[in-house]
Parts: sequence; structure tokens; C-alpha cells
Amino acid sequence: MELIFEISKPGRSAANLSASDVPVVDVDHIIDRKYLRDDLDLPEVAEIDLVRHYTNLSRRNFGLDLGFYPLGSCTMKYNPKINENVAAMPGFTGLHPDAPDAFAKGNLELMYDMQKLLSGIFGMADFTLQPAAGAHGELTGVMMIKKYFEKKGQKRHLILIPDAAHGTNPASGALCGFETVTLRSNTEGGVDLGHLELLMTEDVAALMLTNPNTLGLFERNIEKVAQIIHSRGGLLYGDGANANAFLGKTRPGDLGFDVIQLNLHKTFSTPHGGGGPGSGPVGVSAGLVDYLPVPRIVKSDSGYGWSEQFPDTIGRVRAFYGNFNVIVKAYAYIRSLGAEGLARVTEMAVLNANYIKEKLKPYFDLPYDRICMHECVFSGHRQVEQNGVHTSDMAKRLIDFGYHPPTIYFPLIVHEAIMIEPTETESKETLDAFCEAMISIAREAEVNPQRVKDAPLSTPVSRLDEVLAARKPDVCWKR
Amino acid sequence: MDYCPHTKDDIAQMQAAIGVKSIEELFADIPQKFRFRKMPDIPSGLSEQETIALMSAIAARNQMPRLTLTGAGAYVHFIPSVVSHLVGRSEFYTAYTPYQAEISQGILQAIYEYQTMIAHLTGTEIANASMYDGASAMAEAAVLSAKMSNRSKIVAARSVHPQYRQVLKTYCWANGYTVTEVPCATSGQLDLAGLHSALDESVAAVIVQSPNFFGCLEDITPIADAAHAKGALLISGFTDGTSLGILKPAGACGADFVVGEGQSFGNPINYGGPYLGIFAAREKFLRRIPGRLAGATVDKNGKRGFVLTLQTREQHIRREKATSNICSNEALCALAACIYLAALGPNLKTLAALNINKTQYLKSRLLQIPGWEEVFSAPIYNEFTICCTDARVVNEKLQAEGIIGAYDLQKDYPELKNTLLFCATEMLSKNDIDHVIEIIK
Amino acid sequence: MSKTNPADRLYSKDHEWVKDNGDGTAVVGITDYAQEMLTDIVFVELPPIGKKVAQGEPVAVVESVKSVSDVYAPVSGEVIKVNGELETAPDLINSDAFGEGWIATLKLADTDELKSLLSASDYDTLIKEEKH
Repeated sequence: MELIFEISKPGRSAANLSASDVPVVDVDHIIDRKYLRDDLDLPEVAEIDLVRHYTNLSRRNFGLDLGFYPLGSCTMKYNPKINENVAAMPGFTGLHPDAPDAFAKGNLELMYDMQKLLSGIFGMADFTLQPAAGAHGELTGVMMIKKYFEKKGQKRHLILIPDAAHGTNPASGALCGFETVTLRSNTEGGVDLGHLELLMTEDVAALMLTNPNTLGLFERNIEKVAQIIHSRGGLLYGDGANANAFLGKTRPGDLGFDVIQLNLHKTFSTPHGGGGPGSGPVGVSAGLVDYLPVPRIVKSDSGYGWSEQFPDTIGRVRAFYGNFNVIVKAYAYIRSLGAEGLARVTEMAVLNANYIKEKLKPYFDLPYDRICMHECVFSGHRQVEQNGVHTSDMAKRLIDFGYHPPTIYFPLIVHEAIMIEPTETESKETLDAFCEAMISIAREAEVNPQRVKDAPLSTPVSRLDEVLAARKPDVCWKR
Repeated sequence: MDYCPHTKDDIAQMQAAIGVKSIEELFADIPQKFRFRKMPDIPSGLSEQETIALMSAIAARNQMPRLTLTGAGAYVHFIPSVVSHLVGRSEFYTAYTPYQAEISQGILQAIYEYQTMIAHLTGTEIANASMYDGASAMAEAAVLSAKMSNRSKIVAARSVHPQYRQVLKTYCWANGYTVTEVPCATSGQLDLAGLHSALDESVAAVIVQSPNFFGCLEDITPIADAAHAKGALLISGFTDGTSLGILKPAGACGADFVVGEGQSFGNPINYGGPYLGIFAAREKFLRRIPGRLAGATVDKNGKRGFVLTLQTREQHIRREKATSNICSNEALCALAACIYLAALGPNLKTLAALNINKTQYLKSRLLQIPGWEEVFSAPIYNEFTICCTDARVVNEKLQAEGIIGAYDLQKDYPELKNTLLFCATEMLSKNDIDHVIEIIK
Repeated sequence: MSKTNPADRLYSKDHEWVKDNGDGTAVVGITDYAQEMLTDIVFVELPPIGKKVAQGEPVAVVESVKSVSDVYAPVSGEVIKVNGELETAPDLINSDAFGEGWIATLKLADTDELKSLLSASDYDTLIKEEKH
């Protein structure tokens, strides 16, 4: 397909600007030439061509509304349309963030209530809604941990991170000046307690744990893990990306977590948008509340208002209050599902994942054959050994069957990893059809491996040359 | 509401296939003492109708203003009708990050187009696929500069948006860097003598904003020269992207990084978010910059296609060696910006000129009121700083008429008493402005 | 099939090779086995001339599409020359890891360190064991 620049033609326009109803200023009179640009090279297209261009591009994109998206760790659940509609209400989209608090009563109330709801769901003392994404929330959480030890006058410079962790974890640690130490997993896929005992010294600020972990397995020894960390004065950070696995069943706060970050665009159904916007609220236990970013909403007799009067805050991690419109969607989701609905989410998500695990385990290596939570991890090892068919080949072949591939090559501790998270919004028929596709690909890998290696065969472009894109990067079109 | 399709039959069959007799068995790994049946304090669910009624009632408790006279980092601009329709295509908004390129050519190509337009608008060679917002983009540029040079001092103009400076301080504190501020001269532009005395070989980067928080245009070239003479990089920010339709971008004046807020490009004001962090840079930083990048390549038949490229910069590969931990960004907001820019095309300059006309008209009418004086002499775009006899009373009068007044600068700059920051975009009509004057005088 | 590991040089257990020039300098690179594991190399971050490294410290970085790997100095020394060809043709490491894909020349700090390295046949054994 052509680029918008390639269909541009001088003289065309999709803009319909009003004429000036105030005196027209000669810009050259009020602004010196040196401040003015002398070129503006933007596309010139008619509105119909503009619309066709992006509509056609959308048709070359696979969205969740088109088909199953079993991406492990991403929680690609159905994005309810009601949430889109309510978030589009002018009352929510049209207010300037610097509007006086009296103008923003509804927004303030919604955010305050959201903080309370999340605190109740996750067992934390309070939440900040400021971070714009999960990784941003992680950074915020680690900053609060850093502040906590600063206030205590303790110089702890290490953070423990399990070998199965998502890459944002060590990156966030490093961005706050912490050195990361890798914690081994045991043969059951949980934390190696012996290794933890060894590593947990008074130089360690925190353990960053994802629970259930990136293998989809609940940390059976969580009480002991928390005890080891806390007994040496450390903090337990929880990566809440996998919250879909425990809503209404247990709460991180009760398990001993001091800080957790959530992903509203995962657990709470807001759309992924092709890469964002998300929202990464961070919840804390009582001992860390003082360090939350500002401004925070305070409730007084006259109502809700923003305040920066929190001397021990870490400061700000972005301008204004958070990805408010994303928060509106998640709020509508929580209120519409209610307590029973949220618990049912987790039950059906875990049921779906275990169902897939049972159906596929005869055909793919299953490194941890135990009850999983909301996602399961297979290995493509068998198929590699047989005929050199890699997980990436099988993923591409799944595309030909009309599915978005699962997460591949993550977590790093599983060779040729395939991580499948169906979520609760998929029917048994969809899961059965998906498993049939996976099984027939496994068969193909055995009897006709080249077909798998050549995949995808049915897409607008065939397999793209990523090596060329990295050797000779072209990230900006030139005339 | 319930989006789970499971019937009782489905559940029974699936349980049998798994080999469990109840759902509860699936949660055996959670220690009994930590399990519970119902979440405390969470209200029960609602029907679709009830949900809409609830949300409408909440929205109705907001007061929608007749007009907004504040900019200060977020701007009420006209959004062409096409934007919401195209961004509302569910193939775009329900899609995940385009790691599987073959089925994500739509968003990848759009991001490539966005990157191209942003690089051009900012006068640089490369732009990434977005950051969270202007403030965090600026902070990440500072952290990157420090990491690349091994220097730990950042010098920032005091005329940079106060919240952006707060974010900068937070990110710098986390990394052990220090921030020194340089005041502005009486013109409203950066005090160059002050900048020179703050610069030494321990400074990794100088940060300015143009137009700055007071609305004044900065003369970037001498600032860039001063920074480079001491081996420091120049990071230049902006908060209203429409200014780039008429103003010379910092990238064309020597800036190394141009960062800013893209909300003005087709994104609603949304009470502060989601917004759009713009991050653009000189080509030589290509392998170091944070964030995703869409790159052009070919498939095995030589057909052009797009992929996320240079992913080795990112957290999922570099892990603790990454210079940023950014994963999800603001892709859909970037798509809206791309469509907006393609819709306006070179008319972005006409739009910018409209902003200038409205602002000049508002300013000239305010200056006719006794006691009102312009504070700075530097040229402006669509915001300006003006003092009056009683700023609080002015805003109270406006609010009483359902208008969001101007930004009171005293809370961030205590020395600027009774000083207001006004913004006039193309959304203010002549009648609106005349009406404002009637209320104020 | 990996190329044969040349006998005219020594090897580290991190899959680097070092070829003694006999004049107090030595050339350093990564082995063919290493480039096979990395797959297509897309970028090489070369060290600056004059950089001093200790044995086992990272001296260069090699990137493929999906991974980033440090190249560790097999011996201590000062970088006196780098292979500029790798800037435009990083794939030379893939096609000729022992020849045109050389990475840097070091002025040796301590020639005794060479004694701690593996011979070609010892390195052969190491890779054979790793493959199992």
C-alpha cells in the first residue's frame, strides 16, 4: 500500500478551517523572520482519500474484534463497547485539567472512587492513578521504594528479580539506581527459597515478584517469601500484570505485597490501541502512602480537590493526573461487573487456560505440568528437535488459521516458549477451534515442516526481513 | 454486566476435560488463609442501562465551561470529524502492539507515517512512536543525555512548564542527577548570561521550551551553541504542537532532542490524559533513543512492509541495560495525531496563523483595560503573560460566567503576583473574546 | 556446521578468540560458533581507541535482531585499532568470524594471561560439551 505522502498531490486539502473573524495579523510584523519556519512538508490529500487510506490500513490490522488473541501476559480480553461510549461523553472528554476543582466534581469523584475500589480489590491502603502504563507504574513503585529507604537512612542498593521476570522489571530497577540480582526459579517454577534466603541481605531493598509468575503459576510459598523479605527489612513489590488470575480469590495486600502496579489495559478491559494508551495505577501499603506522587485528591467538607501538600512525595512522574479517559473506561468496567462479575472473570479465565493446557499437552512439551492460573506455557522444543521447526515458525503459521499468535520466547527460562492466555471472554468453541489449529500445526511440523517454515502464507506481506530493518534502519520516509 | 460466554454445560465439560470437580479446585495453590469468597466493599454489578445512567450522572456533576482561556500544557483545539471515525476502527483500537508485523501492517505503516511527519515538523531526522506525555518525554531525554555522556548535571530554564520541571526533578533524583535552574531575562526569554554561568563540563544537557511557559519564543541557536561549547546536549521542548505549523523548529536551530506534547494534534483535552509524548532526535542517536520505532523493510518477495525495529534498545531485550523501561506507549493517540496532520497538511500553518490572530486580538483588548500590562517583550504564539490589578477577582468573575479563566502564575512563580497566562486558540470566536472583555472590565 | 576453529590462536570460554601478533599486540574477535548462536548480526558497538579493558570486561557489544551480547576481552589491554568495516557491514562477523569479522586490536597489558586461555582443541571440546 502506498504511503500517505505517495498519494499526496499539491493543491489537495482535507482541511476546512474557518476564516479569521478577528483582525488578521501580519506575522512578519510581530515575529522576527529567524523564529519562522520556511518549509512545511505535510501531505495534501482530499478527505475521501484520507479516509480511504486509513480505513484500508485498518483492514491490514488484526484487532481483537476480529479474532482470538491468546497473547500470554497481555490479557487480551474483549473491550466492551459500553466503556467506549461512556468515555466519549463530552463531560469526560471536554474538561481542561487546570479547570477549577468546582468544575471537575464528577471527574474528581470518579478518580477518588477508583482509588478506593482498587484498594478494596487488591487489599492495599491507597493507589495513585498517575502512571501512564504498567512500566511507568513500575518505575513509580520502585521510586517509592527508593524514597522509603532514603527516609529511613538506609543505603540499600540491590533489587532481586526472578529469572522469569518481564524485562521492564530489571529496567525499572536500573533506572532508580538499583543493581539487579537474579533470583533462580525452582523445578516447580516457583521462587527457589534457598537462593532467596542466601540473597536476601540488608543490602536488598526489594524483591520484584510477579504472582502468578510469567509461567502462569501461583507462588505456593508466598507466605514464606514475604516473611523472608520482611524479616530483613525489605519490601515486596508485586508486578500486577497477571491480576486476571486472582480477582475475588485473593488480594496482593493480604499476601504481603507492599507495592503493586496494575495494567488497566490488561485486567480491566481497556483497549490496547495498537500499543497504548494504557494506564498503570500503583497501590501501596500504609507505610508507603506518604511517598505517592502528587497531586493527590483530598476530600473535605466542600468536596474533592487536588493537593500537593505532601512533603514526602516522590514528586511527579508525568504532567497532570493520569490517563484519565482510560481510567473512565476501567471504572465503568468495574462498576458494571461488580464484585461477583470480577470474581467470575478470574474463574473463567483460569478454567479456560487449564482447558487449553489439557488439550494441547499431548502435542507440545509442557515444562510445568501442574494446575496453571490464567495462562499456560508450552515449549516448542519437541518440534525443533524433530525437524527444526521453531516456535516462531509455528506462530507465523497460526496466522494463516486466523489467529493472532500467542506470546513467544517469553519467559526466557523456557526454551522456545509459547505462552497462551485465553482470557475469560472466549467461548469453548473458540478454544476448541484454536486447539485444533495448534494440533494440526504440530502435525504439519512433523510431516510437512517446510510449510510451517514458510508461513505466513495468507497475509498481505509474507515474512518480513527484520535483519535488514535493523542493519539499515529506515524510520523516516524521504522524498 | 458479564462478558463470559460460558454456559453450565460448557463449564461441566471443561471441568471434566481438566479432571476437576469444581472451579475451586483450580485455586488450590492459593493458601487457604488468603482465600476469600467475595471482595469487601465492592458494589454489585449493574446492567448496561444502569451503567450508562451511573456514568452519565457522574459526567453531569462536571460543569462544562462555555470557554477555556487556559493553555499551560493542554489545549482546546478543533478536532476534524474524520479523526474519531478512523481511530474508532476496531481493527486499530482493539489491536495489540504490532510485534507480529505481518498482521499489523496497518498500525505499523501509520506509525511510520507519524514518525516521518514528526521528524519533519521538529526539524530532526528521527522520531519514535510516542512516549507517555511531553513531561516524561523531556525527563527521559535528560536521563538519556546523562547516561550517554556520564555527566550528572542537568540545566533547565525556569521558564519550562512547572510540572515538566517537577517530573524532571523526580526522574533525576531517581538516577542521582542534579537539576540547576536558570531564570529568564526581562524579555521573557532565557537569560543567556545565566545559562553561561551555569554551564560547565559536568552538564549533560540544557533544557528549554519554546514557546516557553510564559508564551515567549526562545532564540534557540545561541542556546544550542552555548551548550555544545561545553560538550552538553540541547533538549528543546514544546507544549502546543500546532506552533510547529509556523515556527522554526528547534531541530533546525541546533537542538539534539526535540520533545513535547502532541495532544494538540487531534487528541481531546480529556482532563489531562491520555496525551502524547513526542520524542525526536538527531540521526546519530538512533540506536540509543527510547521507545518503539517502526521501520521500513521488505518481505521475502521484495514487497515493502513495516516492522518494529531496533528492539534491542528496549527493555524486553536489554533489560537492566536499557536506558528506558517504556513498553506500552500512546499508539492510538499517535494515530490520531497522524490523521490530524494528514488532514490539515500545509494548512497547519493557516491554523497556527489563526491562533496568532486570536491571541493578538485578545491581548490587545485586554491591554486596553486600565491597569493591565504585558509582562514580557519577546514574541509569542498563542499564549501570553499579562498582569492586572487583581488576578483572583478576574478569574472569579469569569468562573461565575461559566468560563475557565487564565492560569494564575503566582502559584508557580511567587514573584509574579497578579499575573495571568492567557491562551487563545482557533476555538475562541471574536464574540467570545469580546464577551470575556465585557466580563473582566 | 561451524567452521573449524583455527589452531593459530587461543580461545576464551565466552567464545572469543585472540590472535597474538607477536609484537605485544593481539587481535580479538568472536568465534564462528558464537556467531551461529547469535544469528544475523545487525550492529556492532565498537570500543573507542584508547579504551583500557581488564580480562573478562566487556570490550564491545554485538546485536542481533532479538538479542544484545557483550563481547568480553579475553585478555587485558588497550584498544589501539578497531575494525571500521563492521560499522557498515556487521554481517562480516557472520560470514567470516575468524577473518574479516575481527573486532579490535589490543596492546597487551600482561602476556601471561594468554596462558589461561584455551587451545583450539580445548575449545573444540568445550563446544561439543555445550551442545549436549
